[in-house]
Amino acid sequence: MTGLIILISFLLLAIVVVQISRINELSKSIRGEEYGKQRSIDRQGRYLLIFMVVFLVGCVVSAYYYKNYMLGYGPHTAASEHGPMLDRLFNVTLIITGIVFFLTHVALFWFGYKYRDQPGKKADFMPHDNKLEVIWTAIPAFAMFALVINGLVAWNKVMDDVDPDEDYMEIEATGYQFAWILRYPGPDGALGARDFRKINGVNPLGQDWTDVKNLDDFQPTDLVLPKGKKVRVRITARDVLHDFYLPHFRVKMDAVPGLPTYFVFTPNKTTEEYREELSKFPEYQVPADPANPDGPQLWEVFEFELACAELCGSGHYSMKKIVRIVEPDEYEAWLREQQSYYLTSVRGGSDDPYTEQLFDFELEARKGEFDDALSAAIDAEDPADKIVRLKYVFFETGSAALTALSRYELENVKDAMLENPNIEIEVGGHTDNTGDAEANLALSLARAEAVANFLVNAGVPQERLVPTGYGELVPVDDNGTEAGRANNRRTELKIISQ
Amino acid sequence: MANLVETAKTKEEALIEELGYDDHFHDHHHGDKYQSSFVSKYIFSMDHKIIAKQFLITGMIWAIIGAAMSVIFRLQLGFPEESLAWIKPLLGKWIVVDSNGFGTLDPEFYYALVTMHGTIIVFFVLTAGLSGTFSNLLIPLQVGARDMASPFLNMLSYWFFFLASVVMFISLFLNTGPFSGGWVAYPPLSALPEASSGSKAGMTLWTTSLVFFVVSVLLGGVNYITTVLNLRTKGMTMWRLPLTIWAFFVTAILGLLSFPVLVSAFFLLMFDRGLGTSFYLSEIFIGGQALDHVGGSPILYQHLFWFLGHPEVYIIILPAMGLVSEVLSVQSRKPIFGYRAMVLSILAIAFLSFIVWAHHMFMSGVNPFISNIFVVFTLIIAVPSAVKVFNWIATLYRGRVRMNTPALFAIGFVSMFISGGLTGIFLGNSAIDIQLHDTYFVVAHFHIVMGVAAFFGMFAGIYHWFPKMYGRFMNETMGKIHFWGTMIGAYVIFWPMHYLGMIGVPRRYYSFDTFDAFGSFDGLNAFITIGAIITFVVQLLFVINFFYSIWKGKKMTEKNPWKANTLEWTTPIDTGHGNWPGKIPTVQRWAYDYGKDGKEFITQVTPLAEGEEPSDH
Repeated sequence: MTGLIILISFLLLAIVVVQISRINELSKSIRGEEYGKQRSIDRQGRYLLIFMVVFLVGCVVSAYYYKNYMLGYGPHTAASEHGPMLDRLFNVTLIITGIVFFLTHVALFWFGYKYRDQPGKKADFMPHDNKLEVIWTAIPAFAMFALVINGLVAWNKVMDDVDPDEDYMEIEATGYQFAWILRYPGPDGALGARDFRKINGVNPLGQDWTDVKNLDDFQPTDLVLPKGKKVRVRITARDVLHDFYLPHFRVKMDAVPGLPTYFVFTPNKTTEEYREELSKFPEYQVPADPANPDGPQLWEVFEFELACAELCGSGHYSMKKIVRIVEPDEYEAWLREQQSYYLTSVRGGSDDPYTEQLFDFELEARKGEFDDALSAAIDAEDPADKIVRLKYVFFETGSAALTALSRYELENVKDAMLENPNIEIEVGGHTDNTGDAEANLALSLARAEAVANFLVNAGVPQERLVPTGYGELVPVDDNGTEAGRANNRRTELKIISQ
Repeated sequence: MANLVETAKTKEEALIEELGYDDHFHDHHHGDKYQSSFVSKYIFSMDHKIIAKQFLITGMIWAIIGAAMSVIFRLQLGFPEESLAWIKPLLGKWIVVDSNGFGTLDPEFYYALVTMHGTIIVFFVLTAGLSGTFSNLLIPLQVGARDMASPFLNMLSYWFFFLASVVMFISLFLNTGPFSGGWVAYPPLSALPEASSGSKAGMTLWTTSLVFFVVSVLLGGVNYITTVLNLRTKGMTMWRLPLTIWAFFVTAILGLLSFPVLVSAFFLLMFDRGLGTSFYLSEIFIGGQALDHVGGSPILYQHLFWFLGHPEVYIIILPAMGLVSEVLSVQSRKPIFGYRAMVLSILAIAFLSFIVWAHHMFMSGVNPFISNIFVVFTLIIAVPSAVKVFNWIATLYRGRVRMNTPALFAIGFVSMFISGGLTGIFLGNSAIDIQLHDTYFVVAHFHIVMGVAAFFGMFAGIYHWFPKMYGRFMNETMGKIHFWGTMIGAYVIFWPMHYLGMIGVPRRYYSFDTFDAFGSFDGLNAFITIGAIITFVVQLLFVINFFYSIWKGKKMTEKNPWKANTLEWTTPIDTGHGNWPGKIPTVQRWAYDYGKDGKEFITQVTPLAEGEEPSDH
């Protein structure tokens, strides 16, 4: 119904305009064609002048009103080393083109008004003027020459790739529909190899885990960079084109599947410093959340942002990451908190090529963990607390054969036994409740003996070890769940004398 | 007065009778076999004047559709807090209505609208509707030919455009939606159905339609070039051609050299889509699996696309420049200033347009070194463009500007071309482009310089040559409302976009709220949308005026109402097939003898007076 009314009102409006226009034209011809024409010409001439004034004044006023949108001006300053150079170039171009804009517009509209058709006037026959034309070919040519030179100097400076010997850090940003994945090289300072065929749910970048450079790479949520350090961003895409766009840093580069691109820049303002700058501008001195007038102000919650600037599908407008620029020491602290993606998400999983070996840092960690547990047990008063669980000792399913990696933990046990020559322990084998209880009892004893045998062969005197099988009798967890059963299948050391 | 007109008329007729070239046209039956039935006269017509009207009206229909699309997506951008549920009857499932009855535009369809808006306006309206209309109408009339070199190919040219239109129109109604990957259709987005719903059947129809379209452009172009080169009447040397013809001629050459490259780009894209080739695709993981494609380069497509894409913007703007040059000269009663410089600048622009394409790709991952070369060539284009602007302004200087609608639109064109051209100097400089690339600054730039400006040229042409097309004038009052509404409206829409671009707001965003940096310009966005709605309504006034004037407009009472020099105004008011009833006029002088030797105008058929210096030196 509303639609119908709108439609009808439009139709009526159209009819009214048509009729008025008709009458206008008719009345012109009644009052005398020439008279009406002249009045119309004069009026249009005046309109041209009025338009010129309103338009040019509007340009100046709006530019003044939006001065804080101007590059390099007000709050809109660049936060990178190369940024001010580009902003300056923009402003130089703005001034040059602004002058041309004003002069040509004034001439255009003024001539339109001044030389409008009037009785008794005659047009000049003026087909060309070579001198004039040479002048107005030369002036733009000269202006363009100056802009090109300045532009190219800046361009080549900005796009210059890093020199392998200089001090820089490299990170990687990968766009996919519709988010960014960031990757940092970790302590080794090098990003590992990737292969798009290896991409899956736990390996979003297709990192090749056989490349050891990958093992310490990490994928933080935010793009965190130290102030004053040159960064080379390796930009890649997983599916379609994206564009790595950091508006505050004057950084922009397409992410192309199959063709890594890069952008080198040096952030030179921390987020905090930038917030300080913004705090001076009234438009940032308002509550960030209008519903909460006492909450933080806009400048206090300001964050740099990473966006996508190349159409990549229906979610193109939502590919945001927070960018934080921090002081170098703060960056170091943040760096220490970051955990390798491999270790947190891949280690021990089905994609892990290193399930059959342990890395030195893992051995060290396990040794530390075991030694801590053992000394806690030694110091404990309560006999129930004098038990140490061997977390990394496993057997083949249904058998008493130790898995290959179990020896590392048993080496730790051996070392501890030799360091503490007074300790005597009971090696306890436990199973879950799957299968026959008698058989479980036998299996648990066999497993305890296997552990004891290993230790004896490694040099621990046999009399200090008492292998015992408990079968399924002493569960520590619920046998109803798989996790619980896994917990119940275990080997424990109990200190019986020290 | 009436006497004067009478003598003028007879004078031209007498001159043609006396000096014209007799090709025995009048020996043919009146209304020859090609024009005998309604179908052959108005539908499958081979008359260039009818074909011009067909291009124009099809273009106008597309312009309304394309503009209406922009209004819809502007509503979403300008007023995201307002429900769009009321458009649901029109757009159906593409308006998503939540449980509170609040309707929003589906993002996928938002991108489809943006894509279709660009494709339709660039190709169907500003290429076919502009160059197709006026090349057809004016080339034979202004060079003094009975028709195009091949009227049959000319007819095919329109019907291939029609076919392209039908295919594109059908794609709007697909269940998976029309193509939504941007009018540039960059792969992999356009190549992979998994990447976007519009890249399924929508993309297939999109490329099919545009291949038909290119066939249309090529058939037309071959015809325009041949006609200009071979069918000029006696005495019509190249240096006596009106600037309109120079513009159409060079435009056709540009199209002929660049559109085939687009087709090859499309074919490789189709192969990648359908045959499993890897021209543009490499190392892609999408839809949960790694694709087999390796070794291709998405950037190759961009090179091929922009090898057309950049000349294409000149294919759009050169005809508008030609029309404006002619209209400005006629309506200000002065020769176009610096005719030779104007021709040379058209040629220079056309040549340079082929070696600047990669300035669209500064941020695409091409080697930064190569950008140096493209920056240089790109900014050189500013020189011939500036020369043209200065010459237009100089044409007004000490003239008698008539201030009618065509003249106003021509002046408006110059203003738009200056405003939009100057921002090109920012974007063509790769260093500045780092920040401005793919922001609203670009949107403002190309809309003003090749969108609005080209429309202004087209409007100037329509208002100026409407009497030639329909024997009636368009209503001046409505025309002036249309002009001022469009002039003000266009600046209201696009001027603020410069500010949005400077602050870094990216184009092709469905919503700005995700980002703090882009999300605080609701007022500006609403302002732009209101401007777009008003400007759109004003365009409807033009459509009303157009169709109203076809039947009810003021009748043309003399052959040469603008007192112009060119040949089309020597044909009868109701110009029949063959254009001149008797002999073909021969040309005695160039097209711009306005105000020479105290005479207001001297038509091209008038021989040089005793002792008169020819002006075309």
